[in-house]
Amino acid sequence: MRRSALVVDDSRVVRKAARRMLEGFGFSVREAEDGEQALIACRAEALPNVVLLDWNMPVMDGITFLRAARAEFGADRPPIVLCTTESEFSRIVEALQAGAQEYIMKPFDATILGGKLAQIGLLDAAEVPA
Amino acid sequence: MSGSSPDTFAAIAGLVKARAGIVLTPDKGYMLDTRLAAILRRGNFASLAALAQALRDPRGEPLVRDVVEALTTNESSFFRDGKPFEHVKRILPALHAARPAGARLRIWSAACSTGQEAYSLALLLADQLPALAGRQVDILGTDLSREVVERAREGVFSQFEVQRGLPVQMLVKHFIQEGGKWRIKPALRAMCRFEERNLLGEHRGLGGFDLIFCRNVLIYFDTPTKAKVLAALAAQLAPDGALYLGGAETVLGLTDRLVPLPGERGVYGPAPALARSA
Repeated sequence: MRRSALVVDDSRVVRKAARRMLEGFGFSVREAEDGEQALIACRAEALPNVVLLDWNMPVMDGITFLRAARAEFGADRPPIVLCTTESEFSRIVEALQAGAQEYIMKPFDATILGGKLAQIGLLDAAEVPA
Repeated sequence: MSGSSPDTFAAIAGLVKARAGIVLTPDKGYMLDTRLAAILRRGNFASLAALAQALRDPRGEPLVRDVVEALTTNESSFFRDGKPFEHVKRILPALHAARPAGARLRIWSAACSTGQEAYSLALLLADQLPALAGRQVDILGTDLSREVVERAREGVFSQFEVQRGLPVQMLVKHFIQEGGKWRIKPALRAMCRFEERNLLGEHRGLGGFDLIFCRNVLIYFDTPTKAKVLAALAAQLAPDGALYLGGAETVLGLTDRLVPLPGERGVYGPAPALARSA
């Protein structure tokens, strides 16, 4: 069965770029513009295999979604990868403590994203572009 | 399309082959334009031909070094290709058990580039050290390029670099953020030593190693150079040690001193003495 991803970002440009990379790795992709939409998407259908999550968004930000998702769906499902311009050490620690599996500091490319997906067991290292 | 004439290309390619063993084929002529542009600007050379002329000057050693360094490839990432590091995890307990108390385990990252491979080994060992019961491990990283060796010694990586292959949990545990950069912590830095070294040279003075990484280097060499380098690496490898090559590299047909380890891809061990003498 095809692996699925939910891309949560208020930037259409970022969602489009992430979608292209994820589809290149064989994922089906859904999109949400903020944390609230993402929660609705998670409740509406089967949980995605991974959530790629921005931090700063209107309505509901990424860390709030992360905590809500961990409380509602479980400690490690769905796997959540923060993907944000927030690059301070304290922010990364905060996200990990809230239950994120991985963390991407923007900007990123398919090698970085693929590597992170490999680290959480969703891709084989050989599938990641060098 | 290259801006170099066949004579200029041959002169510069010949120099790189002699110094670094790297074979530049004519279809790589564009590399001269792209990678030597900064040297042309810095030295006020009007053309690649003018640079080639200057390289013939016996006093031009620093310039020769700059040109060779610019034409070598320094691609690197943490835990590159994954699988070799899984093998290291499996082989370390056996090597630890086989060595006398107090003996150090020695690992060589040959052609270490900016140090990610050596530091990946240090990171892996930091997690494995309890199982090694306090055994000292030395990691030596070597590279032809002075510039990348200096960067490796510094142990500071960009945000982009630390995201290539490095799990975020390791990043927060073993690195210190300095502005937009990330510095590896002193304890891991202390496990690694870096020095300039040409793989085509003599390595006996380095002593023996339990593990040798030499990945994605042989692909740039011609067959005789590959054979020479592999024989030299085999001479430094412990009888129960392992040599790791890149996915597109092999020892087959190049040396009888190394054999593939059964069930492993890109991992080689010394051939049994009988096979060597046959």
